[in-house]
Amino acid sequence: MEFESVIGLEVHAQLKTKTKIFCSCSTAFGSPPNTHTCPVCLGMPGVLPVLNKKVVDYTIRMALATNCEIERESRFARKNYFYPDLPKGYQISQYELPIARFGHIDIEVGDETKRIGITRIHMEEDAGKLTHDPDRPVSRVDFNRTGVPLMEIVSEPDIRTPEEAGAYLRKLRSIVRYIGVSDGNMEEGSFRCDANVSIMPKGSETFGTRAELKNLNSFKHVEKAIYYEIERQKEIIGDGGEVVQETRLWDPVKNVTTSMRSKEEAHDYRYFPDPDLLPLVVENEWIDAVKAELPELPDEKKDRFIKAFGLPSYDAEVLTSSRELADYFEDCLKVFPNAKPVSNWVMGSLLGLLNTEGKTIEDSPISAHDLGHLLKLIDEDVISGKIAKTVFDEMAKTGKPPKKIVEEKGLVQVTDVSAIEAVVAKVLERSPKEIEEYKGGKTKVLGFFVGQVMKETKGKANPKIVNEILRDKLG
Amino acid sequence: MKLYELTIEEAHKLLKEKEISSQELTQAVLDRISAVEEKVGAYVTVADELAMDQARLADKAISEGNISPLTGIPLAIKDLMCTKGLRTTCASEILENFVPPYDATVIKKLKKLDAVIVGKTNMDEFAMGSSNEHSGMKITHNPWDLTCIPGGSSGGSAAAVAADMCISSLGSDTGGSIRQPASHCGVVGLKPTYGRVSRFGLVAFASSLDQIGPVTKSVTDAAVMMNAIAGYDAADSTSVPKETPDYTSVLNKDGLNGLTVGIPREYSEVEGLDPDVSAAVKDAIKKIQEMGAECIEVSLPHSKYVVAVYYVIAPSEASSNLARYDGVKYGFRDKDKSELTDMYRSTRSGGFGPEVQRRIIIGTYCLSAGYYDAYYGKASQVRTLIMEDFNKAFEKCDAILSPTAPTPAFPIGEKVDDPLTMYLSDIFTLSANLAGIPGISVPCGFSAHGLPIGLQITGKHFNEEALLRIAYNFEQATDFHKKKPSL
Amino acid sequence: MKITKNEVIHVAALSRLDMNEESIDKFASQIGTILEYVDTLKQVDTEGVKPTSHAIFLTNAFREDEEKEHLDRENALANAPEKEDGNFVVPKVIA
Repeated sequence: MEFESVIGLEVHAQLKTKTKIFCSCSTAFGSPPNTHTCPVCLGMPGVLPVLNKKVVDYTIRMALATNCEIERESRFARKNYFYPDLPKGYQISQYELPIARFGHIDIEVGDETKRIGITRIHMEEDAGKLTHDPDRPVSRVDFNRTGVPLMEIVSEPDIRTPEEAGAYLRKLRSIVRYIGVSDGNMEEGSFRCDANVSIMPKGSETFGTRAELKNLNSFKHVEKAIYYEIERQKEIIGDGGEVVQETRLWDPVKNVTTSMRSKEEAHDYRYFPDPDLLPLVVENEWIDAVKAELPELPDEKKDRFIKAFGLPSYDAEVLTSSRELADYFEDCLKVFPNAKPVSNWVMGSLLGLLNTEGKTIEDSPISAHDLGHLLKLIDEDVISGKIAKTVFDEMAKTGKPPKKIVEEKGLVQVTDVSAIEAVVAKVLERSPKEIEEYKGGKTKVLGFFVGQVMKETKGKANPKIVNEILRDKLG
Repeated sequence: MKLYELTIEEAHKLLKEKEISSQELTQAVLDRISAVEEKVGAYVTVADELAMDQARLADKAISEGNISPLTGIPLAIKDLMCTKGLRTTCASEILENFVPPYDATVIKKLKKLDAVIVGKTNMDEFAMGSSNEHSGMKITHNPWDLTCIPGGSSGGSAAAVAADMCISSLGSDTGGSIRQPASHCGVVGLKPTYGRVSRFGLVAFASSLDQIGPVTKSVTDAAVMMNAIAGYDAADSTSVPKETPDYTSVLNKDGLNGLTVGIPREYSEVEGLDPDVSAAVKDAIKKIQEMGAECIEVSLPHSKYVVAVYYVIAPSEASSNLARYDGVKYGFRDKDKSELTDMYRSTRSGGFGPEVQRRIIIGTYCLSAGYYDAYYGKASQVRTLIMEDFNKAFEKCDAILSPTAPTPAFPIGEKVDDPLTMYLSDIFTLSANLAGIPGISVPCGFSAHGLPIGLQITGKHFNEEALLRIAYNFEQATDFHKKKPSL
Repeated sequence: MKITKNEVIHVAALSRLDMNEESIDKFASQIGTILEYVDTLKQVDTEGVKPTSHAIFLTNAFREDEEKEHLDRENALANAPEKEDGNFVVPKVIA
C-alpha cells in the first residue's frame, strides 16, 4: 500500500519588541537570571496584565504578510496548567477568537510553487526557563523570559514532505525577518517549531492519527524528524498496528522520536476568556496604517527582480531569501547596473565566501559597493574575470577596495596587442609539437597555448586578445 | 472625648484646627485595638510602629499646611490588598509570611495623602465566604454580639469600624463582601461600580466581580474615602477612564425629590427572610418616600438564578486566579516533598482551607472539558440576562432598595458546615457584582436581639452619587448610625 | 447532576490538590448539592444570548513599548521558599 504523509507545523516566533507583552520589563536576551522581572511577570498576588500595543502592530504586520484575514474583534484567553516556569499557573493566550485566520504563503519546492494555508495566527506570552540540575533532584527557574511576546502561527495540514516542511519554515522565517518582527533564529529560541505528522493511504480523504513532534531545534532536524516519523508510522501500519495520538520528542543524537506520554492524564487546559484583559478591536484604519509601513515582501521582491532585472526565477529566489541579501544585491546594482553578472558573483563567490567563513551577509567582509566596483573593473577590461577572482579574495582578506588592490599588485590587464603578440610568438616558438597537434585537428590544444601565454604574463593578458592573436597566428 | 470614636469628618476638623495630632489619634486607636482585639479578633496584623511613623509624617505635613481629608487618619486595610513591606496574608496559611514588594494602587493613593495604615484586617480566606469563619488565621466576632459572625468576607474591616478599632477602613466586594458585613456590623459599606476603583494590588478572587470599597462609620466618610481611591489606573486594564466626581458634593439634606426608587417584586418572595429584617426595611422605604422619593415596583425576573450564576462564575475565575499559589515563587511550600507534583499537591492542600479547596474544585469542574458549555458558558449567558434585567429596571428608577442580608448576623458555627445555605444568604448582594453596578449598605434598624440590620441601595453604573444622596438623607433622618456596640 | 467520587479525584488532580478518602466523600456530597442547585440554570432560555465575560463595555486598553522600572532581583527572590544563585529552586518533576 502506498502512503502519503500529512504534515502541519506550529511555529512560535518571539517578537522583538523592547518590552514584554503584558508588563514593561525588558525582553533583552542573555542577562543574569531574574534580572528582568517585576511583580506582573512573576505572577505575584494582585497583579494585572496590560497589553503592549506594539505586539499587536507586529502581529497585524505578520497577518498582512501572510495574506490572513484580520478579525475585527479578538479575545485573550487563559490556558490553565501547572509548571514551574509558568508563574501564574496559566498562560495568557488566544483561543476561540484569535487575531488572524485563513492566510497562506507560497513555497518553492524544486521547480514547483505550492500554496500552504495558514489556519491562524495569535499572540501569547512566553514561559520562563527551567534548567534541570544534573546531580541533585532540583530544577532552577529563571523568569526573565516569562512574558516575552510570542506569535503562534499554525499551518493547515497542507504539507506533504519533509522538504516542503523545510521550505515552509524557511519562507516563514524569511518573512518574519523581512517585516522586522522577529529575529527568526531557531538556535537562539526566537523561532520554534512543533510538527504534527500523520500518514494515510495515498488518495484517501481521511487523515490518519497524528503524532506531535517536539524538540526540533533546527530546520535540518525538523526535516529529519519528520522523515523518521513518517517511516516509523509506515512500519506500524505495515505491521497491522495503529498509530497512537501522542507527543513525541526528537532525539537529535540518536535521530529517533520517543514517546513523551507520562502516567498523567492528557492536558485539560480549561480555556476561558481572560477577565483581566479587554476585547481587542482592530479597525480598518489601524490595518491600513500598518499596511502603509509594510516593507516589500519576499514574493513581491522576487517578482520584481524577475521582471525588472530579467533574472531567472532561481536567482531571484536565492537573492530574495533574505532582506539583507536582497538589499546587498540592489546596493551592488547601484554601482554596477548589470543584474546577471552581479547575481552570478553574489550567488557564487560571495555566498561561497560567507559560507566558508561562517559569516552572514550583514558581516560580509566585502561591501556591496566594493563588489560593484570590482565588476566594473572587469567590464572595463581593466582586469580579466580570472584575475578578478584573485582580487576578490584579497578584498575579503584585507577589506581594501578593488582598484587599490589592482594598483598595488600591478594586476592591470595587459591589452597592448604588440606586447601580447611578442609573448604569443615566444610560446609558439617553443611548442612545435603542440602546433602540429593543433594543425592536425586537436583544437583543444588552443587552451594549452592560452595557458602558456597567461603563465608568461602572470595572468594579466587579456584572454580575448590572446585568443584572437593565437587564432590569427595558427590559422 | 474618646478619639477613637471619631469619624473621618470629625477627626479631620480637629487635625486641621490643630486641636489634636495624628500621633495622638493614632495612639488612641492603637490603644483601643489592644483593649478589645482579644474579644473581637478584627486584625491579622497590627502595625504599631509603622503606623506611628506614618502619623509622624502626617503631623509634619499638617504643620506645613499640607492637609487632605485623609491626612493623619488611622485606617484599617483588609488583608487582601498588597501593602509594600507589610505582611499580606489574604487570611491564608499559604501566604502567612508573604511580604509584598509593592503597594496596591489604592494604597499608593492613600500613602500619597499621608493617611495612616494601622493594620491589616481579618477576612474569609481569599475573600471566599460570607461569615469570616473561613479565615485561616482566626475568628472575628461581631462587636454587637460576640457569639455571632461579623459577616464576610470583609468581616474584620466591618468589625474594626463598628468597634472603633480604626477611624475608617477598606474592604473588597465580590459577591457582597463589603455590604453584607457592613450590614451585620451596623456600619456603612459601599461597593463601587466595577472599574471605578483600580484592582491593581487587590489579590484576585473573581476578576470580573472584585472591587475595592470603603467600610465606614458614616455615609460622609464613605464619600471621602471614594474621593481618595476612585479613578482610572493604567495598570488595570479593566479600570474605566472616566472622570471622578467629588462624591461629597451630593451630601446635602435637601431631601429626595425627583428621585424614583424601585422595589423588586421578586425580593419579597425570598425564602428565609427574617421578619425583623423585613420590617426594618419596610420602615426605611417609607422614610425614603417621606423624604420625597417616588417608589415603584420593578421586576428582576432572573433573580432566582443569581446565586447559581455567581457560584459558577466566581469559583471558575477563582480556580484560575489561585493557581499561582504553588509553592514555587512565594508563600508556603511543603519542603518535605522532593518531587514536583507531590510538592504542588501537598503545598496547596496544606496551605488552603476547606472552603477555598471546595471552590477551586467547583471552579475547575465548571471549566473542564465537557462541562464548560453547560456551566461556565451557560452561566455567562444568564449573566447577560441579569444585566439586562437591571438595565430595564433602571429605565424606570434611579435606585433599587432591598435588605442587604435576609437575616441579621447568625451565631458562629451555625452555617459553616452547610455551604449551600451560606451561599443562599448572599441572595440580595450577588447581582450587583454580576451586573457591575454600585451598591451601598446603610444601617436601618436592629433585630429583636439587638443585631444590626442594613438597607441596600443599588444604582446605575457610575451613579454612586444617587446612592450616596439617598443613603445620606436617610442616615441623617435616623439615629441608627449613632449607636455603638458595648464592648 | 451530582458529582461522582471519581470526578472529584480527577478534578482534584487537575487543580493539584491532595484528597484523602474522607475529604473526597465530603466534597463529593457538598459539591454535589451545590451543582444540583446550579442545574436550575438549565431552565433558562439562553437561545441567541451572548455570554458576558466583563462587567463593563470597554475595549483596547494598551501600553506603549517602553521599558519601565523592574523589580531588582533581591526583591524578586525575597519571598522565595528556596533560591540559589539568583534562581528560584524547585523539586524536579519525575515523569
